[in-house]
Amino acid sequence: MSSLHPSVAVAAPAIPDDPGTANYLTHEKGILSWLGTLDHKRICVMYLYGIIAFFLIAGAFALLFRTALLFPQKGAVPGGIQFLISHDMYNQLFTLHGAIMIFVVIIPGIPAALGNFIVPLMLGAKDVAFPRLNLASWYMWAFGCVWLLIALLTGGLDTGWTFYTPYSTSTSTRVIPALTGAFLLGFSSIFTGLNFIVTIHKLRPPQMGWFQMPLVLWSLYSTAIMQVLATPVLGITLLMLIVEKAVGIGIFTPELGGDPVLFQHFFWFYSHPAVYIMILPAMGVMSELLATFSRKHIFGYTFIAFSSVAIALLSFLVWGHHMFVSGQSSLLGTIFSAITFSIAVPSAVKVFNWVATLYQGSIEFKAPMVYALSFIWIFGIGGLTGLFLSTMSTNVHLTDTYFVVAHFHMVMAATIFVFLGGLHYWWPKITGRMYNETLALAGCLISVIGFNITFLSQFPMGSNGMMRRYYNYAPEFQSLHVISTIGSYLAGVGFFVSVVCLVQSLFRGRKAPANPWGAATMEWRTPSPPPWYNFETTPKVEDPYDYDLLKYNERTDSYDYVGRPAGAPRPAH
Amino acid sequence: MRRTQRESDDAMLSLLLAKGDGTIWMPPQASTVAGATDYVFYYILYISAAFFILINGAMFYFIWKYRRRGPHDKVGRITHSTPLEIGWSVIPGLLLIPMFWWGFKGYMEQRTFPPNCLEINVVAAKWNWTFIYSNSFTSNELHVPVDTPVRLIMRSNDVIHSCFIPAFRVKRDVVPGRYADLWFRATRTGRFPLVCAEYCGTSHSDMKADVYVHPKVADGQAKDPLDKSYDEWLKNADPYGKLTPEQYAEYTKDYEAFKTKYGGDEVMKPIVEKLAAPPERGQQLWDKKGCKSCHTLDGTPSQGPSWKGVFGKEEALADGTKAKVDENYLRESILEPNAKIVAGFARGVMPKTPLKDYEIDALIAFFKSLSGDQK
Repeated sequence: MSSLHPSVAVAAPAIPDDPGTANYLTHEKGILSWLGTLDHKRICVMYLYGIIAFFLIAGAFALLFRTALLFPQKGAVPGGIQFLISHDMYNQLFTLHGAIMIFVVIIPGIPAALGNFIVPLMLGAKDVAFPRLNLASWYMWAFGCVWLLIALLTGGLDTGWTFYTPYSTSTSTRVIPALTGAFLLGFSSIFTGLNFIVTIHKLRPPQMGWFQMPLVLWSLYSTAIMQVLATPVLGITLLMLIVEKAVGIGIFTPELGGDPVLFQHFFWFYSHPAVYIMILPAMGVMSELLATFSRKHIFGYTFIAFSSVAIALLSFLVWGHHMFVSGQSSLLGTIFSAITFSIAVPSAVKVFNWVATLYQGSIEFKAPMVYALSFIWIFGIGGLTGLFLSTMSTNVHLTDTYFVVAHFHMVMAATIFVFLGGLHYWWPKITGRMYNETLALAGCLISVIGFNITFLSQFPMGSNGMMRRYYNYAPEFQSLHVISTIGSYLAGVGFFVSVVCLVQSLFRGRKAPANPWGAATMEWRTPSPPPWYNFETTPKVEDPYDYDLLKYNERTDSYDYVGRPAGAPRPAH
Repeated sequence: MRRTQRESDDAMLSLLLAKGDGTIWMPPQASTVAGATDYVFYYILYISAAFFILINGAMFYFIWKYRRRGPHDKVGRITHSTPLEIGWSVIPGLLLIPMFWWGFKGYMEQRTFPPNCLEINVVAAKWNWTFIYSNSFTSNELHVPVDTPVRLIMRSNDVIHSCFIPAFRVKRDVVPGRYADLWFRATRTGRFPLVCAEYCGTSHSDMKADVYVHPKVADGQAKDPLDKSYDEWLKNADPYGKLTPEQYAEYTKDYEAFKTKYGGDEVMKPIVEKLAAPPERGQQLWDKKGCKSCHTLDGTPSQGPSWKGVFGKEEALADGTKAKVDENYLRESILEPNAKIVAGFARGVMPKTPLKDYEIDALIAFFKSLSGDQK
């Protein structure tokens, strides 16, 4: 059928005061209607508040310790200056920066916050499969954050985000509350993953086969598998560490017959897949952003989809590349090195397909697109520098230096930038408001440039022997450190501008049309913001990247869903 | 056959080493494995740079060429190309194989210990390195001969540390409860930094040592310790250890009289010249044994109390009692740091510091001088 989709008829902005057309934000009022909500969209909004707040806190920590790094020698060393931030404060700042960014911000950033919003909408469903579990996952996340804050306020944490034994069992900082926090955050992640697996299997409309799904669902599905399989290992490990620290059972402590390297194996068995838990959802969002703003069918759908699955599976078999110098056997190291190289191929395939998607497109430089293009640049650097670290002999030289710091920040930043790109992209749908495009572009460009200055200067520093987690350093590194710190300030300004832009849109933004970008996925076929029940009628399943289905409407500066003319050819992939 | 291969490898290596100075990317090359590591580093760097330019070049070209001109732009209909997909999976895959192979070879070279290594024991502790030589001389500097395979046998007293010598491109974690080892063969003389690469707490970044690579043949005239051969250095490394107990008592009791007595002695003169006055010797130990990470000399408290003016003072302790800072108090605080904690400082921060009796004597003399100045 090629008639207008029924939902288009109600595509005009909802009137908040009219109970008949009230959207999900307004149909119930009061704080309790939020804290007890089972609506996936409201849970997304609650995640967003928390995640953005913690992102700013952890970012501020980074700016503080980057400021300390302006000076090479501090404290009681020859030529040391007295500085506001002491050795111990520095150690706590980088630990909390890492722990909060990873466990609180990046891991839930795309799946739990944005994913919660888009997964049911992209399936044309009313909600996720287990709405109560979804709310429980948010509470787990919130309690996890509370425990981290307790740790922070009662004495801090100085183990590094990796909690390596026996340092973590011997330090006097608040390891147990922090581990409890990370444990709960892990369960939040497992609940979300489980929910998405079941939702994608069971709530997919009958006409939508696996290969008619938007690619972001493939990547969220692959991510969910990793969350469900890997995170319990982290949970067990953290629990063992809590027991070890509390009663000295002797699992990891050498004096009691334990093995500290065992902890590293357990830890990285989760934490390497965790890297992909962080990056894979971003790769999914990338496919949506690039195709929409090129107005062209995604290139190589099948290869992108299968590369997500390949990355998810291989990610379980590479954890040992964190431990080439730890004392693990050479044979084990060799195997891990080889598998690590093999995971480079699916990652590269995705990038090539994205670039090919641009070819012969009609490319529009809206903020989400500029974020997506920045991903190709930044992930290009982050991914390619990974090769130096999969190679055993260069890994020996580079591990624990700033080279590694710069490498994984480039990868993690790629996720952050696509998270922001996705946030801008779905912002009209989530809030019903359009953000200011100029301000958003400025925020994006300033933070991307700042980030590049911060971390590009750290690669040569690291390969020349600047070690990570160092408070004092040799004076010859000072000039690069100063450049890096200036870059971090610039990035801070950029992120601040982006936050201002989004907040401003809530008050001043133009009312958002149903489909401002001309995207072909289903969430754009319901009003912005959607009603609490998502769709008036179930939308028709079409190719998620077929932009012939949409027609530009000059009056509303948005796109109308027109459907496929009878007999028109479908794109093949 | 094997030998020929070995020789050609050596030839390639010396070619690489001929230009082994530091670059923008790498510190100077000073060991036999450094050349191989750098070789694969640069291979990856050039391949990566090429791919980065290719990908981003294509991206920038496409976004410029296909930028939107209006809502009715014609767009391409192409959605996939299997030959292209296979091509860009297989070709990068092939380019990865040499990376893996050279990385593997370089790593195995580092993990295959040559016979007859010179062995040096290493103790890592918060936050200093101690090197114990064949004659049981201990030092906080690593001295090695050039062009000789050296094996470091390392253990840790507390948490995980990691021994990293950037110029040698070698690194190994020192995990408590087991021995870790690494080997290298230095190719150039000079002084190189050795650092701790695994985060180990407060003064992690100050846990460093110098590596001195001595030449094979000594230059008898030169004053610099680096111009001596390793053997000669080791023979004369510890002037304090060469004193008899009686001589040592004289040295501690009255340094000036000791100097006058032995200064003219043919045998003793070179030794006496190397001795510092006991308080200075104490300051050297403060500098080298890790004390300086936590104890200042200017009166400002850091991780631990400052040493200035404490000798002879009554200190309030954490358990509410008081103690007089005297020789026995200091000795106990060095050997059993947690026995008495000064009020306001954390227990369990200071590691046990096993010093020799005559080193403790020197530290006590240093303490006295720090209090004497004040009076």
